[in-house]
Amino acid sequence: MSDTKRSHLLHLGVIAVLFALFFVLPAYHVGNLSRIMVLAVYAMGFNLLFGYTGLLSLGHALFFATGMYGLGMAMNSFGIAAEPALLIGLICAVVMAAVVGFLALRTSGVAFMIVTLMFAQAGYLTILYFGAYTRGDEGFVIPQPDRMIAGIDITGETARYFAALILFAVVFLLIAHVVRSPFGRTLVAIRENEERTRMLGYDTDRHKLKAVILSGTISGLAGAAYALLFGYAGATFATVQYSIFPLLWVLLGGAGTTLGPIIGVAFMFYLIDLSSSVTQAYMLIAGVVLVLLTLFAPQGLAGELRRRVMRWLP
Amino acid sequence: MLELKDIQAAYGRVKVLHGVSLSAKSGEIHCLLGRNGAGKTTVMKAIMGLVPLSAGSVELDGECLSDLPAHEVPKRRVGYVPQGRRLFPELSVAENIDVGLMTCDVSADTRGWVLDIFPPLKDRLNQQANTLSGGEQQMLATARALCLRPQVLLLDEPTEGLQPSMIEQIRQVVVRMKSEGVAILLVEQRVDAVLSIADQVTFVENGRDLETVTAEMLRAQPEKLKLHLGV
Repeated sequence: MSDTKRSHLLHLGVIAVLFALFFVLPAYHVGNLSRIMVLAVYAMGFNLLFGYTGLLSLGHALFFATGMYGLGMAMNSFGIAAEPALLIGLICAVVMAAVVGFLALRTSGVAFMIVTLMFAQAGYLTILYFGAYTRGDEGFVIPQPDRMIAGIDITGETARYFAALILFAVVFLLIAHVVRSPFGRTLVAIRENEERTRMLGYDTDRHKLKAVILSGTISGLAGAAYALLFGYAGATFATVQYSIFPLLWVLLGGAGTTLGPIIGVAFMFYLIDLSSSVTQAYMLIAGVVLVLLTLFAPQGLAGELRRRVMRWLP
Repeated sequence: MLELKDIQAAYGRVKVLHGVSLSAKSGEIHCLLGRNGAGKTTVMKAIMGLVPLSAGSVELDGECLSDLPAHEVPKRRVGYVPQGRRLFPELSVAENIDVGLMTCDVSADTRGWVLDIFPPLKDRLNQQANTLSGGEQQMLATARALCLRPQVLLLDEPTEGLQPSMIEQIRQVVVRMKSEGVAILLVEQRVDAVLSIADQVTFVENGRDLETVTAEMLRAQPEKLKLHLGV
């Protein structure tokens, strides 16, 4: 069986398992899994830039929050329906990613990290400054009756799970396709050796800008979907903490692997969930586990899987 | 024909090239000889647009390459194998070749043509590039440059650190490219290797071209090597 075929089967298999889990898991875990899938979309957006292109952004919360507020404010302040509001959230994220990418890519390495972090901080402070519209730290709730997509109420557990699954599946397959396409391979080549890639005739600046825009758009889509499915938008999602989370998820799951983000988010989610049920010092347990994983599986869980067993894993 | 007209270049405020002129013709091997730090690698980088010129020009068949952005130069079929190979270490052999093939529109048989030139790579297509031996890495770096079907090939010390059998294989490839009409600009420290295959030799010192002579003349007058290189 060819590597491409194996890869297709694996990705479809993951989606099938997530579909089946709805019928097997208790309601509590179904709710968790909905959240995990949406956050995994955010992590996939981040992974495209960090894992595949080698650009470490510390400001991805800005894109997540842009999608979230683009949708949330369109619905709450202007009374726009969910579907066009989702589109507005997406467009806001595209524009934000294009602007940030255009400016931040004038730097590289540590400077790129700092510039993206500063952009995200500026975004966070802007949300607070315009608290009269954004409700600042407190955030705002999107009323349940407004949260309808194509006439379906997505506030119920079942509809929310399958909406999250559809979103996850589309982005998951899209990423799997992109990283195997000539564009994706060029991104990996840039990650490995940017100067050499340019010497081979690739406009690396243009490729990196495209990567930032695609990554930011996916992250913004996740933010918009999060607000829509869970009915809340708040400044917390624009803090630096939400820029660090995707980095942790991707590092744990496996940077530069398509499976890494979902594995990383699920692992981290349940690590905190389970350890907090045992002790109040749950962050200590989480910290120790993370240190051990970093020591013994430095390429992340999916990265180790690829290194040891499945070398064809994209 | 690749023509360098009095090129000057600097790394920031440090001027490295003070005027280098030479021309590499199709089906000819043109070698650059000079001591360490003479500016040979900078000449290569300047041709590729990786170091901006402060004066002079690089022309390929009348088209000025020095006005183009760096990523456009390889699309004019100028292949470059840099010193130290610079592969994509975590990509497989096949993926490294694919990245080379995707640069510009080359005929469908190019992949096969390249692998026929370097048969050992056929058995290693799925192997990660950083696990190859030094010689195989050099083969892969050269193969990737050949994916452009180059009309000009720049080779920066291609035999550095290789065992004799591997050096011979690389030498045969260079000679084959010459016979296929490729203009080859070669930087090489091993004078014996240069003399056996070169057509023209340009001596570079302190960022200037001192003299361009035929290899034949150099073989007849080895004292020039002593004069310019001290060997």
